[in-house]
Amino acid sequence: MAELLPGRLARLAALTVLAFVLMAAFAPWVAPHDPGATDLFRRLQPPGWMEEGDWAFPLGCDALGRDILSRIIYGARVSIFIGVVVVLIATMIGVAAGLAAGYLRGWVDRVISGLVDILLGFPYLIFAVGLMAMMGPGVLNMVLALAYKEWVVPCRVVRGETLAARETEYVEAARAIGASSATIMAHEVLPNILSPVIVVATVRIAQVIILEASLSFLGLGVQPPAASWGSMVADGRGYILDAWWVSTFPGFAILLLVLSINVASQAVRDALDPRFHD
Amino acid sequence: MRSVALLQRLLHLVPVLFGVTVIVFLMMSLTPGDPAEIMLANQNATPEQVASLRHDMGLDRSLPTRFVTFVGHAVQGEFGLSLFHRRPVAAVIAERLPATIELSAAALLFALFMAIPLGVVAAVHRGGILDRLATVGSLFGVSLPGFWFGILLLLAFAVNLRLLPVSGAIDFAHQPPGLTGFLVIDSVLAGRMDSLGNALAHLLLPAITLGLPMAAILMRVTRASMLEVLRQDYITFAEAKGLGRTRILALHALKNALLPTVTVAAIETGSLLGGNMVVETVFGWPGLGRLVVESIFVRNYPLVQAAVLLYAVTYVLVNFVADMLYTVLNPRVRM
Repeated sequence: MAELLPGRLARLAALTVLAFVLMAAFAPWVAPHDPGATDLFRRLQPPGWMEEGDWAFPLGCDALGRDILSRIIYGARVSIFIGVVVVLIATMIGVAAGLAAGYLRGWVDRVISGLVDILLGFPYLIFAVGLMAMMGPGVLNMVLALAYKEWVVPCRVVRGETLAARETEYVEAARAIGASSATIMAHEVLPNILSPVIVVATVRIAQVIILEASLSFLGLGVQPPAASWGSMVADGRGYILDAWWVSTFPGFAILLLVLSINVASQAVRDALDPRFHD
Repeated sequence: MRSVALLQRLLHLVPVLFGVTVIVFLMMSLTPGDPAEIMLANQNATPEQVASLRHDMGLDRSLPTRFVTFVGHAVQGEFGLSLFHRRPVAAVIAERLPATIELSAAALLFALFMAIPLGVVAAVHRGGILDRLATVGSLFGVSLPGFWFGILLLLAFAVNLRLLPVSGAIDFAHQPPGLTGFLVIDSVLAGRMDSLGNALAHLLLPAITLGLPMAAILMRVTRASMLEVLRQDYITFAEAKGLGRTRILALHALKNALLPTVTVAAIETGSLLGGNMVVETVFGWPGLGRLVVESIFVRNYPLVQAAVLLYAVTYVLVNFVADMLYTVLNPRVRM
């Protein structure tokens, strides 16, 4: 893949991701307007470059006259927060479970692998929708709903890597000098399997962001008046005939961020793990 | 040997299906709030009516008892009454299922017809312009939020160009006589070409939206496994024998390269099943996915529960079949 995606493109993607993160972190200073401020005189106002547009509201306004650009900037907070937090929680659980299953084997492995098999039986979005239907919408519930299933991904990777690492000489050596299982897992196995874990985590952040946006689009995620890219696209659906910009720009923000993460993560993968090369 | 391994895998299905059922049951049972009260909210129900509904739903019994009842009923396809429709859940789902199957099948076909030729071409012309284009295309494919892409397609082809219908599965005037519930099949059976054309026109944009991420992933898998196969000795040998390039690709390489594609296609049906909810919502498709989303908002929990279970069981079985297919197709797997 490295030959297909030149370094310049990967750097551009990484810079785009960084720009989104900074935008989200400094949203109150970056956003030109209050994302919740409604103004019915500006209802469905077109973007700045169009007739009747106003450059003070460069991407136009939604059905309540709120500034779309400011809402996209604040929406970045939700997407990035959920993407990072879910993957972080999932990685911690997945690494612990995967290490235990792969190193200890026996009944521990059977229980963890059994649970993994069962969770893999659910299509991801269906599982999240089922949980959100029961728990009700909201940011915290969404983090839980996604993390309940997401940990399976790093767990399988870590288990596989641990099974291989278990048989290596440095682990044998540690065992021979009487190191405990916990010590071996934490100090010998873990540092040697971190690269694939990091590679998987970066790719998964992009997928979790799309899942969050999908849930919010369906009305099961972040609730109004908070701005989320998915719910902004949903809001704009009803006005698609007269005001294409309401749905188009938030969706483009999702595409740009997810695409940038995917491109950048391939560079991370190429740098960390030569085995992934074509 | 093989039949023993097959039996083992078949037996492995049992705990997985059991576990899936337990989770679906717990999803709906352990959540805070009394389902009976939630269902009767806004209906000015008396406490006696709530108690009566609780009893009818079996909520006054212990959790294990309720689980056994749930499984017993589920095995018979009995999921209680859809509170919104006042009809059995199973009947409501059965009515919506053909539209969802039809859409998923169309999306799967679209994905395979896009992915396999593109993946082969990309691998054969590795590093060339087509390979680059296919790689960039697949990156877009996995990064596009389906709900947004669907809206853009609608905007372009239905609203601006007026080439395709905006929503639904068929226009009322073209409705074929309902035999199977599958509009495409019913149209063919009735010999109604107008219905067939109308149904396919409705199907096109949702199928592309749903199938695109899968096409992107399958393209990359096909490309990678094709590259792998092309490196093998038997390909070099075939070339040395003087066989034509097309013949080698079609007869020797593709057959083996497609094994991983089949496996990944099965795994990715999960994203098709989940994507149905989003795509059906965007295109007003009268299928199960939209029904589930609508049911959540009217708190029609028995239906949501049955649908989630149906999706999960389908997914487990599809993966099992793919696993078997892989074993049958690949002589190297000596289980």
